Amino acid sequence: MKAQSAEGPPDDPWSRMMRASIAGDEGAYRRLLEEIGRSVRAMARNAFARARGGDADVEDAVQETLLAIHLKRHTWDPGQPLAPWVYAVARHKVVDALRRRGRQRVEPLEDFEEFLAAPEAEDPHALSDARKLLKTLAPRQRDIVTSISLDGQSIAATAKRLEMSEVAVRVALHRALKALGAAWRRSVT
Amino acid sequence: MKTSEFIAALAADPVPASIRLGRRVAAGIALGLIVSLAIFALLMGPRPDIAAAAQTPRFLLKFVDSFAFALPSLLLTLRLARPDARPDAIALWLIAPFVLLGAGVVVELTVVPQSEWLARLMGANAMHCTRMIPMLAAPILAGLIVALKPGAPLHPALTGAMAGAASAGIAALLYAPSCPDDSPLFVATWYPLATLICTGAGALAGRRFLAW
Repeated sequence: MKAQSAEGPPDDPWSRMMRASIAGDEGAYRRLLEEIGRSVRAMARNAFARARGGDADVEDAVQETLLAIHLKRHTWDPGQPLAPWVYAVARHKVVDALRRRGRQRVEPLEDFEEFLAAPEAEDPHALSDARKLLKTLAPRQRDIVTSISLDGQSIAATAKRLEMSEVAVRVALHRALKALGAAWRRSVT
Repeated sequence: MKTSEFIAALAADPVPASIRLGRRVAAGIALGLIVSLAIFALLMGPRPDIAAAAQTPRFLLKFVDSFAFALPSLLLTLRLARPDARPDAIALWLIAPFVLLGAGVVVELTVVPQSEWLARLMGANAMHCTRMIPMLAAPILAGLIVALKPGAPLHPALTGAMAGAASAGIAALLYAPSCPDDSPLFVATWYPLATLICTGAGALAGRRFLAW
C-alpha cells in the first residue's frame, strides 16, 4: 500500500473515472455507476441464488447498493484503488438486503474482480423498491426525482418546469436521495 | 424503476464538498471537551494537593495510561468508520495500556503490604470515579457520534463502542487531576468499569445512529 501512494494515485479505470466524477464530470460518473451496477448485479444475483432468494429482488439490491455508493463516496480514499471500496460497500448492502428478506446470511463471493469480467444485463421485468419508496418522499422531492430519472429530464428543464432555481433543485434532489436511503434501510420487504 | 433511470438521478446529484472524517472527529471532540470541561469545573475541579501529587509516579501513570488507551481507540474508531479499512496494527496498540497498568498493579502489590491492598483498591470514593468518568465522557461521545454520521462503518455497533471507549479515555485524562486515588489497584478496577459503561453506551449509540 505504501508503494501505491509513492507512485501517485491508483491508475485503474474505476479510480480514474471516480476522480473525474469528483472533478465534476457527470458523464464519467454515469458510466462508472453503470459499470459498477453491472458488477454488483452479477455479485447480487450469485448471492441471491445461493441463498435461494428471488431473482426479482436482485435489481432492488443493486439500486440500494448504488445509492449507498453514491451517498458514501466521500469515504473513499483517492489514494487507494476504488474496486475494494466498492466491493466492501456492495457486500455490506447485499448481505443486508438478504437479511432483511429473511434469508440466512450468505457470504457474497470474494472474487469481485471476476464479476467485472462477466457483467450481466439488467432484468427488464424486475419490480422495484425504489418506485415504491418514492411514495414516502415529500411531493416536491418525489416530483424532482421522477422528473430526472423516469422522465429523463435535465436539472435545468426540471428547474424551469417547477419554477425553482437549479441550485434549489439540486439541493432538493440530494435531500430526496438521502431520504430514499433512509427509507430503504427502514423498509422490510 | 430501471437501474439506468435510477443512475440518472444519482449522476445529476453533484459531488458534495469533500467530507473529511478526521477533521469532523477533531471538531466533535473539541466541542464535546468544552462541555466536559464545564462539567469538570462545576462539579469537580482539581484536587487540593495536586502540586505534590504531580511529583509521584502513581499519579502520572493515570495520565500515561489514559492517553495510551485514548489514542489507539480514537484511531481505531476512525478506521472502522470506513468500509474498506482494516483495523490491522492499531488494534494491537490497545494492548499497551493494559500491559502498562498490569505492570503498575504488580509493582503496587510488591511494595504495599497485603493488609492495605483492599483499602487501596476501594480508595476514597470508588463510586464517584465510576460515575464521573461516564459523565465527562458523554459530551465527547455525543460529539464523536455526530462527527462519524457521514461515515460508512461496516460494523456500526462496534464503531460506536470504540468511540465510547475513546471518549472514556479522554474523560479519564480530564478526571485524573480531580481523582484523589492514585493506586494502580484503584485505577485498574474502577477506570475500566467506567470505560465499560461508556463502551456499552457507545455501542448502543452506534447501532442507532451510525447504521447506513
